[in-house]
Amino acid sequence: MSALLAMIHRDLLLVMRRKSEVLTALFFFVVVTSLFPLGIGADAALLRKIAPGVIWVAALLATLLGLQRMFAADYVDGSLEQIVLSPQPMVLLVAGKIIAHWIVCGLPLVILAPIIGIQFDLDASSLWVLMGTLLLGTPVLSLLGSIGAALTLGVRGGSVLMSLLILPLYIPVLIFGAGAVYANTVGLNTSGHFSLLGALLILALAFVPWVSTSAVKIAIE
Amino acid sequence: MNNTNNFANNRLVNWFKLSSPSTFYPLAGKLIPFFWILTAIFGIAGLWVSFFVAPVDAVQGQGYRIIFIHVPASWMSMFIYLVMAAWAGLGLIFNTRLSAMMAQALAPIGAWMAFLSLWTGAFWGKPMWGAWWVWDARLTSELILLFLYLGFIALQASIDNPRRADKAGAILALVGVVNVPIIYFSVKWWNTLHQGASVSLTKAPAMAQTMLLGMLLMALCFWMYSIAVGLMRVRTIILEREAHADWVRQLDEVKN
Repeated sequence: MSALLAMIHRDLLLVMRRKSEVLTALFFFVVVTSLFPLGIGADAALLRKIAPGVIWVAALLATLLGLQRMFAADYVDGSLEQIVLSPQPMVLLVAGKIIAHWIVCGLPLVILAPIIGIQFDLDASSLWVLMGTLLLGTPVLSLLGSIGAALTLGVRGGSVLMSLLILPLYIPVLIFGAGAVYANTVGLNTSGHFSLLGALLILALAFVPWVSTSAVKIAIE
Repeated sequence: MNNTNNFANNRLVNWFKLSSPSTFYPLAGKLIPFFWILTAIFGIAGLWVSFFVAPVDAVQGQGYRIIFIHVPASWMSMFIYLVMAAWAGLGLIFNTRLSAMMAQALAPIGAWMAFLSLWTGAFWGKPMWGAWWVWDARLTSELILLFLYLGFIALQASIDNPRRADKAGAILALVGVVNVPIIYFSVKWWNTLHQGASVSLTKAPAMAQTMLLGMLLMALCFWMYSIAVGLMRVRTIILEREAHADWVRQLDEVKN
């Protein structure tokens, strides 16, 4: 457990030493979502309708931006090899990196989302639903993304390739996340969406750290 | 390699012997014409049944006959993904080179089948529904299956070390297999949550026996074709990867 915490602490410390990378991803999220009203027009009814999809797609892309950093820098400077060699269970260390990525790239999106939602004229209850789905959904994005980040380590054109590998896997999260917000705006029950998002999160938590660990090992061999 | 030598002492000897590229290469060469003949037989019989025997559909007219290409292609695209993932998993577990080569050989065939299924589906959809594309659950998940194939091919192509490419591809294929049902159901629920689909593929009308026969014959034809092309591709991959080995240099087709 202390290994897990140490890994989270280390990754967060590295991020705080170079804040620009994280802020770029967040800024990307804000800019992309702000571009849509400019492109589509400021019709409030239309904006309310597209808001869930636009915000969720922007969240997927913003998470992708941060994924590249999850293992790549450690791979280049050799610390990833030390992680593989360390006596601690490697699954915990990889899980620590995933959690750190979520704290840096996922959590800020949850906090920023209401502000973006107000831009799209969402009402208060929809904003809560949006935050709730992002809170459940962004950890799944970080988890699934870690597989792609590990598989494309040190590969030519890795970041583009990673988005090709990972985005199709993100589809269920997108469907239920955006679907819950949409259902709420038209007055339907959202509990089913939340249950499914929770199920996806549990499933991903149970399997993905092990898959990512073996993917990292393959890259190191 | 030591592992396989240990296994060779017990009764599984024949199967593990086949997992060596040098044994499999000539065997595949002998099997290929056999599967091509089966492809031709099933193909001719299937086309004859589907064009001359099967009756004209009461609702859809002659246009429905595209089903005889469309449905087998969809079936094969899904089936090949499962087979590919199974080979990839075997390669990961037993560390056999040949299994990974099989997975690599099958991926483009599966991608082609998925593409063919979407393409013929669009041609079917235009006269029947009046639209090239609708966001039906089956169409959407077939499209995502194509993306998964392309991701697998792209990942394998961009890793230079073949052993690493095999293993990375295997992990991706296995993750994809777990995800395919999740994606299918999420797309299905998404579709029903949004609005009732304007057209429904799920209410299959009772089909004439001859139509079903034609479809099954064509499916067998596609299946045999996939095996034949898969074996041809795997032979090429073996030659590429084992170019340094003595037994490859002594092959007649390599010498000349």
